[in-house]
Amino acid sequence: MAMAAAPTLPIYHGLRAAAPAKQPAPAKLTAHSHCRLALPLRARASSSSSRPLRHVAANAVATKEAVSTSSSTQGGHELLMFEALREGLGEEMERDPNVCVIGEDVGDYGGSYKVTKGFTEKFGSWRVLDTPIAENSFTGMAIGAAMTGLRPVVEGMNMGFLLLAYNQIANNCGMLHYTSGGQFTIPIVIRGPGGVGRQLGAEHSQRLESYFQSVPGLQMVACSTPYNAKGLMKAAIRCENPVILYEHVLLYNLKERIPDEEYTCCLEEAEMVRPGSDITILTYSRMRYHVTQAAKTLVDRGYDPEIIDIRSLKPFDMYTIGESIKKTHRVLIVEECMRTGGIGASLRSAIMETFWDELDGPIGCLSSQDVPTPYSGPLEELTVVQPPQIVAAVENLCGKK
Amino acid sequence: MAVRQALRRAGGRLLATQGAMAPAALGVAGRGLSTSAEPITLEIPVPFKGHNVEPPSRTVETSAQELTEFFRTMFVMRRMEIAADSLYKSKFIRGFCHLYDGQEAVCVGMEAALNDKDCIITAYRDHCTHLGRGGTVLEVFAELMGRKDGCSLGKGGSMHMYNKKGGFYGGNGIVGAQTPLGAGLAFAQKYLKVEGVTLAMYGDGAANQGQLFEAMNISALWDLPVLYVCENNHYGMGTAEWRSAKSPEYYKRGDYVPGLKVDGMDCLAVKQAVKFAKEYALKNGPMVLEMDTYRYHGHSMSDPGSTYRTRDEISGVRQERDPIERIRKLLLSHEIATVAELKTIEKEAKKEVEDALAKAKESPSPDSEELFSHIYRKSYGAQAYGADRKEVVVTLP
Repeated sequence: MAMAAAPTLPIYHGLRAAAPAKQPAPAKLTAHSHCRLALPLRARASSSSSRPLRHVAANAVATKEAVSTSSSTQGGHELLMFEALREGLGEEMERDPNVCVIGEDVGDYGGSYKVTKGFTEKFGSWRVLDTPIAENSFTGMAIGAAMTGLRPVVEGMNMGFLLLAYNQIANNCGMLHYTSGGQFTIPIVIRGPGGVGRQLGAEHSQRLESYFQSVPGLQMVACSTPYNAKGLMKAAIRCENPVILYEHVLLYNLKERIPDEEYTCCLEEAEMVRPGSDITILTYSRMRYHVTQAAKTLVDRGYDPEIIDIRSLKPFDMYTIGESIKKTHRVLIVEECMRTGGIGASLRSAIMETFWDELDGPIGCLSSQDVPTPYSGPLEELTVVQPPQIVAAVENLCGKK
Repeated sequence: MAVRQALRRAGGRLLATQGAMAPAALGVAGRGLSTSAEPITLEIPVPFKGHNVEPPSRTVETSAQELTEFFRTMFVMRRMEIAADSLYKSKFIRGFCHLYDGQEAVCVGMEAALNDKDCIITAYRDHCTHLGRGGTVLEVFAELMGRKDGCSLGKGGSMHMYNKKGGFYGGNGIVGAQTPLGAGLAFAQKYLKVEGVTLAMYGDGAANQGQLFEAMNISALWDLPVLYVCENNHYGMGTAEWRSAKSPEYYKRGDYVPGLKVDGMDCLAVKQAVKFAKEYALKNGPMVLEMDTYRYHGHSMSDPGSTYRTRDEISGVRQERDPIERIRKLLLSHEIATVAELKTIEKEAKKEVEDALAKAKESPSPDSEELFSHIYRKSYGAQAYGADRKEVVVTLP
């Protein structure tokens, strides 16, 4: 949402930038006879919906001191994903003294994926807290601290370890705002690497987004590029709701050029990766890269896929998704969660409910197999969706060309 | 409101609670009932037991006014819990209802040693703790009955009462989970340099939760100003302490965290212990306080409370150790009040509770829109539906 001008405001790079959202007044109880809409009731972003995110900067509503003459398409600096996360986190910690980091080996060691490297020297050991191996209690502590107004960032060394803190996250983090009648807010960020890596074994290859997605009160986002990693990290820290930021073990070394100026990404928005017209492919995190790789083959064969990185896992950006479906009338979801109870399952159900009339065929969904991730390399590859499968699925849904 | 303030003040102000309360009751007849703040020195009958720490002295200073406040407050709490009992039986309160009668001395004694910089977090037996932190009887009753005027707008219920202004952080359903939350509150107090302590309360049942020991470890490592208060009422629902804990000496279970065992049925002992522990925690880090207390009701309203203990045991404790009777004896023996004056106080307390109850019964249920409010702090203008997508449609803020 384009924010009112204030001196230190970042540029908002987002699809909505051109059209500032006008929030509707809270409605009284009404009966609706057609309820297809689960759409955010905001002003339509005019023609900017198909423009790739990175280049919106030139037309974005820039607030005053943001950018001199250079937009993000010139200049900027190159870095790896974990450095982008570090930049985002560091900037927020400088900006707000209430932001602190809690996790295992985040302090002196610098973080197991180097996201907090150098922070102890910069911010002191009271703001970068090395905890013992006690996920349940340090997540609980972060939630308790958040109740008083601090903004902790909890790092799970691997997302799978946060299963030990499931009670705290589900019962306390997600629900305290509700059960206290709005008295307490929990502005916490829980982040960490998850997903299937390279032969890390079953217990270190968990996809927690499927477990947490039904906890009310949580917001979930998944980053996939250095650009959106930094933007989402900053937005998540500034958000008043508890946010879970899902990173992926295999994406930490992705390199990209990101803007020098300060920016945040919208937490609830999806990202247009490649506009197209034949089919809408919805994906997130690492699978985005499998999809873009498959897209090369698909384009060669004459297809024109529209690829959307949904980014916001809870809530879904039904607006962007809906606009795309209205254009293409076919949907394929490619995810890394397991088939049963994954993000794809919920997304499929939400799309079918809302956009049934727009669909020309069934919604395809490619997910990982319902198995513990095996250690053996070839077996692990079979567990996860691979580009040839994506190509085959698109050909199936769109018909041969 | 102002239970806590009243206990702190040296002046002769009364508890200003909701519902009718004849103003000058405590001094109305003008004779006899002393509200003086003159210090009275008393000896605590049951000695403290220390683990890795020298226990505080058994000599405690109090005043006529403080003792009278203790009596009145505990009586209000007792009436409130008894009223909740009958509300439950007449189905105004549903679900789970865990009553605190018998344990009043713990929260009242604690409040006498704390101020508004301190935080309290406890488990589900929280009605009286909520009152002690500045809640009103009306709020408690309305919340128990799920009405709009409840402290959590009717959405929390018996186990989820909170008071942000008063520094009361709940009200938690899953026992044990509040202890790391409490350590986090203490961490925030230290981070923000607030000179206060956090009392993370739990029971003998939750004393065996792993997260409690994780939290103790971290708070001892980082010297957090947290007091782990174990309200040992000797039964974790139906399981006696000797059947669930290899070592039921909960004040020793902190190991490297020093501990104190306190007679939890004696307001003054609790006050002394918390005062001592607070000073300790602000300088040195966590301490465990085991309050040896007892609950007269069963674990909750669905538990008769007599299948795992004898009625003789319950009535024995009621006769010998009841906290209200103890204060009553003190008030009479030190000639602070006469029997008639105490009767007046009791009558007024009963009236106050009844008035609050009547008002709470009139309070309406929350509107349907409240179903979707407070899920997110700031939302994005989306619509939310009821199950059939036709009836309940609300635009989130």
